[in-house]
Amino acid sequence: MTFYDRGTILPGLIIGLCLFLSPFIYNGGKAGKAPVPELTPKAKEAKQCVAPKPYMTAWHMQLLDNWRQEVVREGSRYFNANQDLWWNNQFDGQLLEKWRRFITSSDASTPGATGKTYYKSLQVTCMECHSNKSKFCDECHNYLGVSPYCWDCHVQPKEDKQ
Amino acid sequence: MNFILGMVIAAIGMGPVVMIPLVGVGLLKLNFFFGVIVPYAALAIFVIGMIYRVMNWSRSPVPYRIPTTAGQEFSYPWIKSNPIDNPKNTYGVVARMIFEVLTFRSLFRHTKLEYRNTETGPKIDYEWEKWLWLAALAFHYSFLVIFLRHFRFFMDPVPGFVLILEKLDGFMQLGLLPINGLGAPGVYLTDMLLMLALTYLLLRRIYIPQVRYISLPADYFPLFLILTLGTTGILMRYLIRVDITAVKELAIGLFTFHPVAPAGIGVIFYVHLFCLCVLISYFPFSKLCHMAGIFLSPTRNLANTSRIVRHVNPWNYPVKFHTYEAYENEFREHMIEAGLPVEKGLDSEPAKEAEE
Ligand code: HEC
Ligand code: HEC
Ligand code: HEC
Repeated sequence: MTFYDRGTILPGLIIGLCLFLSPFIYNGGKAGKAPVPELTPKAKEAKQCVAPKPYMTAWHMQLLDNWRQEVVREGSRYFNANQDLWWNNQFDGQLLEKWRRFITSSDASTPGATGKTYYKSLQVTCMECHSNKSKFCDECHNYLGVSPYCWDCHVQPKEDKQ
Repeated sequence: MNFILGMVIAAIGMGPVVMIPLVGVGLLKLNFFFGVIVPYAALAIFVIGMIYRVMNWSRSPVPYRIPTTAGQEFSYPWIKSNPIDNPKNTYGVVARMIFEVLTFRSLFRHTKLEYRNTETGPKIDYEWEKWLWLAALAFHYSFLVIFLRHFRFFMDPVPGFVLILEKLDGFMQLGLLPINGLGAPGVYLTDMLLMLALTYLLLRRIYIPQVRYISLPADYFPLFLILTLGTTGILMRYLIRVDITAVKELAIGLFTFHPVAPAGIGVIFYVHLFCLCVLISYFPFSKLCHMAGIFLSPTRNLANTSRIVRHVNPWNYPVKFHTYEAYENEFREHMIEAGLPVEKGLDSEPAKEAEE
C-alpha cells in the first residue's frame, strides 16, 4: 500500500489531531479540584440562601440580573423566593410541574424554598452573607474563567487577608 | 429524492439523538454511561475515523496538476499573471490555501444565473451571489469561536485566549436590554449568529429549487444536528440552567482521564453532550469531513506547473514495441513475394544495414 505525499499529509494530520486533543496535552493528566465555596459564619448561621441551593448554584447570575432589572427599572425592591421563583433548576422529573407552572404562571411555592423576604441588592444582601468574596464567588468564577463586570461599579466587601 | 422525504429521514435520524439521552439519563439515570463512556467512544471514533479517512485519501496518487485556474497563468513577465488564483509555485499555493480556508475565497466567487428580459429577448446574467458566502462565513467562524470558548470547560486553569474571546464575544452586555436581558448578564453574539446562519443555510436548501433538488438526508442531518446542539446550548445558558461547576468537573475529568459523573446536572446537558458525541463520531464518515478534506483538494492545493515543469506519468513502464521498419525488415521477402508494397526494396537492404 503506498501513501503518497506522506511528507506533508502525515505532519498535517498530526498537527490537526494535536489541536483537537490539546486539552489532554494542556492538562497533562491533572487539574485543580472542583471549588468548594466557603461559607462565612454569618451565612452558616442563616443556614439558607435567598433561594434553594441548587437554584442558587445554577441560576444566581440570572437572579442577580433580574434583581438589577427590577430594582433599577421597576423599583421593586423586595424578593421572596416563594413568590418570585416559579421554577428551579431540576429540569428532569419536575418538567411537567414546571410546564404547569409556566403555563398557569401559578406562584405555588417551589419545593424547599425559603419563606423569607430579602432586600434586592448585590452589595447589601449577597455580600452581607457572602462577605468572603475571594473564597466564595471568586473560587467558582476562577475555576470557570468568569469575571463578572459588576465590580467595575459595585463595591466589593473588604476582606482581611489572613 | 423528494426533499420532504429527505428532511423526514434526517428528522427521523435526529429523534433518537434527542430521545436516547432524555430516556437514558432522565429516566434510567445512566449518568456515567452518557457522561463518560459515550464521550470517550465518540472521541475514539473521531480520531481513528479521521486518521483512516485522511490516510485513505493519501493513497490516491495525484500525478498531474489539476488545479482550478481562476486567473491568468504565469507565462512571460510582461503578461500580468494572477499568482494566487493560478499559483505557479508553493508560495502561491500557500497564499491560495490561506484565503480558501480562512475566507472561503472560492465560495466568494459564487454566481447566480438569471434571465433578464430585454427588448430583444431574454438575456443571461451572472449575478454575484454573496449570501451563501456570508452565511457560511458567519456559521463557520461562530462555530469556531463557540468551540474555542468551550475550552474553559476542557482546560484548567482557563487559558487566556478563552477569556479574551469571552470578553469580545459578550461585549454587547445584552443583559442590560429592557427585555430583562436573556436572563444572563453576558449574552454571546456568536450564539445568535450561529443560529441565524444555520437557519439561513437550511431555508436556502429548501427555498432554492436547484439546491433543494440535490439535497439529501445527509445534507439535512448535519444541519439538524448542529441546530439541536446550538438550541440545547442556548437553552442551557439562558433558560434551563444547569450547575456549570459540575459540568466542568465532568469535562475536566474526561480530559485528565479521571472520569467522574457528578450528580445534579440537568438532563438538558446530557442531550447537548450526546448531540456533540453524535456529531463528532459522524464527522469522519460524512461531508463534515471537508474540514480535513479542504487541505487535500488537488484542485486547490496544487501549483499550476503543467507547462513550466514536465510531469511524467509515474506508471510508465518499458513497453515492448515492434516498429514497422523492423517488421518490414523481417518480412520483406515475403511481402515482395506476395506483391505488397514495401518502403525499401531488397537491394537497398544491405546499404541500410550499413547505415545503421
Ligand atoms: C442570609 C444569608 C445569605 C444571603 C443574603 C445570600 N446567601 Fe448565598 N448562600 C447562603 C448559604 C447559607 C448558602 C449555603 C446553602 C446550603 O448549603 O444549602 C448559600 C449558597 C449560595 C450559593 C451556592 C454555593 C454552592 O456551594 O453551590 C450561591 C451561588 C450563592 N449562595 C449566591 C448568593 C447570591 C448571588 C446572593 C445574593 C443574591 C446570596 N447568595 C445571598 C447564605 C446567603
Ligand atoms: C458554585 C460556584 C459559584 C459561586 C459560589 C458563585 N458563582 Fe457566580 N457564577 C458561577 C458560574 C459557573 C458562572 C458562569 C455561568 C456561565 O458562564 O454560564 C457564574 C456567573 C456569575 C455572574 C455572571 C457573569 C457573566 O459575565 O455572565 C455573576 C454576576 C455572578 N456569577 C455573581 C456571583 C456572585 C456575586 C457570587 C458570590 C455571592 C457568585 N457569583 C458565586 C459559579 C458560581
Ligand atoms: C456601570 C456601573 C454598574 C455596573 C457595571 C453594574 N452595576 Fe449594578 N447598579 C449600578 C447602579 C448605579 C445601581 C443603582 C443602585 C441603586 O439604585 O440602589 C445598581 C443596582 C444594582 C442592583 C440593585 C440595587 C443594589 O443595591 O444592588 C443589583 C442587584 C445590581 N446592580 C446588580 C449588578 C450586577 C449583578 C452586575 C454585574 C453583572 C452589575 N450590577 C453591574 C451600577 C452598575
